[in-house]
Amino acid sequence: MEILNQLRTHSTEDISEIKIWFKAARVSDFPENGGACVKYKDLQIAVFNFSRRNEWYACQNLCPHKMQMVLSRGMIGSTEGDPKIACPFHKRTFSLRNGQCLNGDEDKISVFPVKVEDGFIYIGFTR
Amino acid sequence: MVGLKFCEKLIARSNEFELIIYGEEPRPAYDRVHLSSFFSGSSAEDLLLTPAFWYENNNIKLHTGELVIKIDRNEKSIQTHSGKKDHYDILILATGSSAFVPNIEGVERNGVFVYRTIEDLIQITSYASKSKTAAVIGGGLLGLEAAKAMVDLKLETHVVEFAQRLMPRQIDEDGSAILVNKLKELGIHIHTNKSTSRIDGNGKLEGLTFSDGTSLKTDMLVISAGIRPRDELAKASGLNVHQRGGILVDDYMKTNDENIFAIGEAVVHNNMVYGLVAPGYEMAEVVVRQLVHDQIKSFKGFDMSTKLKLLGVDVASFGDAFGETDGSIPIILKDNCNGIYKRINISADRKLLLGGILVGDASQYNLFHQMVANKMPLPNQPESLIFGKPNKIDESSGVKALPDSAQICSCENISKGDIVFQVTQNGVTTVDGIKNSTRACTGCGGCTPMVNDILKITLESLGYKVKKTLCEHFDYSRQELFDVIKVKELKTFNQVLDSHGKGDGCEICKPAVASLLASIWNEPIVHQSTIQDTNDRYLANIQKGGSYSVVPRIAGGEITPEKLMAIGRIAQKYNLYTKITGGQRIDMFGARMDDLPDIWAELIEEGFESGHAYGKALRTVKSCVGSTWCRFGVQDSVGYAIYIENRYKGLRAPHKIKGAVSGCIRECAEAQSKDFGIIATEKGWNLYVCGNGGARPQHAKLLANDVDTDTCTKLIDRFLMFYIRTADPLTRTATWLNKMEGGLDHLHEVIVDDKLGICQQLEEEMKGLIESYHCEWKKVVEDPELQKQYKHFINSEEPDPALAFAEVRNQKLPANWGK
Repeated sequence: MEILNQLRTHSTEDISEIKIWFKAARVSDFPENGGACVKYKDLQIAVFNFSRRNEWYACQNLCPHKMQMVLSRGMIGSTEGDPKIACPFHKRTFSLRNGQCLNGDEDKISVFPVKVEDGFIYIGFTR
Repeated sequence: MVGLKFCEKLIARSNEFELIIYGEEPRPAYDRVHLSSFFSGSSAEDLLLTPAFWYENNNIKLHTGELVIKIDRNEKSIQTHSGKKDHYDILILATGSSAFVPNIEGVERNGVFVYRTIEDLIQITSYASKSKTAAVIGGGLLGLEAAKAMVDLKLETHVVEFAQRLMPRQIDEDGSAILVNKLKELGIHIHTNKSTSRIDGNGKLEGLTFSDGTSLKTDMLVISAGIRPRDELAKASGLNVHQRGGILVDDYMKTNDENIFAIGEAVVHNNMVYGLVAPGYEMAEVVVRQLVHDQIKSFKGFDMSTKLKLLGVDVASFGDAFGETDGSIPIILKDNCNGIYKRINISADRKLLLGGILVGDASQYNLFHQMVANKMPLPNQPESLIFGKPNKIDESSGVKALPDSAQICSCENISKGDIVFQVTQNGVTTVDGIKNSTRACTGCGGCTPMVNDILKITLESLGYKVKKTLCEHFDYSRQELFDVIKVKELKTFNQVLDSHGKGDGCEICKPAVASLLASIWNEPIVHQSTIQDTNDRYLANIQKGGSYSVVPRIAGGEITPEKLMAIGRIAQKYNLYTKITGGQRIDMFGARMDDLPDIWAELIEEGFESGHAYGKALRTVKSCVGSTWCRFGVQDSVGYAIYIENRYKGLRAPHKIKGAVSGCIRECAEAQSKDFGIIATEKGWNLYVCGNGGARPQHAKLLANDVDTDTCTKLIDRFLMFYIRTADPLTRTATWLNKMEGGLDHLHEVIVDDKLGICQQLEEEMKGLIESYHCEWKKVVEDPELQKQYKHFINSEEPDPALAFAEVRNQKLPANWGK
């Protein structure tokens, strides 16, 4: 657990604005180097266990290209060291750090901060 | 479209302007060029050029469903039909055009439509559902587009054209004759030289009467007889308009009010209305440059060369298509046999290409168009351009000869020099890079092959070896990695990446390595599911809307009534859409991800196995009924197809593999379109390889003839294994052979003559793969741990709330694509 607690977290927003840390699921529920979808209120959030880098990321589950709820089923990877997610439909890729589309003109996707505590994954929301 | 392009161009150059859009239609700007794709399944949302929130994100105020009815030029304000008022500093009129409806008696009847907006299409679709025949008035570009739409709606289609020929503005009589023949083959009835004098019927239309006294019965009518610029607002506001319609503008798109510009189809420039999108985009550019006071240029008219595919038939015209230049000499190829017409007009001194027409085969359009635009010298025998072997002209050598000023992307006006600059000065090395930095290829996409060639030639001229490496994470080709993985006995993606790659992998190398691991070790792919492409990860095919389709193996297309009923029962229980596939099996669509393990548990209980429809793997071996039933059959094609399909089931390869076995020379199983095809002869089997349907169909080539069953099987073993070892990722066998040095002769030497002495090894490797076959779904059904990933939410048992279906023809279809 000690090691898990030291995992790095990422956010595009000022972490001080986060009001809610939503307890999503156990670390062990997530596949290694892959993602799963978390339900938070009416939102669908894609959460990725980038175990190769010891990092966690979260973003919207909706791919803005064809408006499909599928990003959690996509493949993670990196480009020049930056973590990214590829949509399984047409392989549009988005930065997991800032949500920018990396191979097209799609809109930015929202990313959320993730923290790991006592074997659980928490996702940060401002509301 | 032109209005939106103006906004895009302006915000790309400046953020000084506050942009407000008023549009009469209920939707934001959509793609009218591809309007007919609405009938082949695209939704209204698919056609949107940008989503509604794009406007918001770029601080553009968008008012849809608001028709501007008044411009107060003194006050510099506008007013809409609902009474909304707004102020402007600069006003851009991009009011477009409306369909021209000729004044024919009875034109007001029910069942008469125009073909212009999404609303028109929605009305046409709904009326078509109770119609059997449709007529289109207008045999021009738009009219034929509309005819295609009618064919897509499964209606008997008639095209009525006033002129002597189809597409009178683009092609000549002889070209039209070839086009008419082609369209007739497609079941479209063409009536040229017909002027419609009356639309008959009582309330709703029932037919047309022509001025020559003849008539035509039809249930509905689409009028596509040209466009009329929408100039009524301009006219009412005292702006100058052309007597036959259209807002008059100068070379800078300015109207007679210096604060009002007009662009697109609504304007008349130099007595011309431009009914295409590219000139409209150029007009937008002209205005944007004035507003930002940068590189100001004038509108100089526009090259109206076009190339399009109408119902699968290429039609192109370029430059001086009709040879109207003084002294021009036409050279004409008219091939009624293959339905090809090519006409080039050369200058009186035989030095320059002036223009021409291509029907049936427009593959040389890009080259010819560039030759005209750049005044490139003709070869000594100009007729060699259109006579002689097809595709003899290497397009890339043509690209090499182009001057830097040659326009490559007409949508975005990008020259060859712009692309070369990006490569030489900005270090761009990929087509994606070119797209990002210049926006070439992002419009119609027609220039992508030329951009590819220019990129490759430029990179090579800089001394780059264009090496085929997998991606940024691996400096190896697929073939090199195959050997590495095999020799070093690497079993996981992370092992391969740690020892021979860098970084964290990506969506290109992960599935490629996954495929290699499966082809070499054949261990269950479910144990490394997150490196698989999405279909392989969930062992099902993801479809529009995020549901999945399920295909059990039905080897050779043979199935018992019991198994048929089992599929029917299971499909009914899980509410699945069913369809017979091209590979002689049954596809069940619309499965919820969380239902997949249950569906498969039942299928396996009934004796089915995975059909690997989701994998780059053997799909099906199609068969005709053969000597068991057919009075012509000379061998048992079904029996052999089942044997072969079961032999290679689960075999993973660089791309999907399809096979077929025909029981006689009549070839009912279409084996010559497959990766491997077997055709029975009196003495045994003929083996064909490397055929392909798809975007570029290619017939399979004969590898061995009159071989016995065991020899045939052995040759296929070697062939498939050699392909798996040496092909690049995502390369079908046809492309693999096309790129192979020595071609079919070389393949024959390796596979049949064993020139490299590797055949025994190939056979042994194949034997290992066949012996280690397992049904992946059986593994999942037996292991609750592997079923975990099929929940949509990790923290809830709920299925995906975004899934939605509509009912069409008594079955369900996805409802929420692209919303």
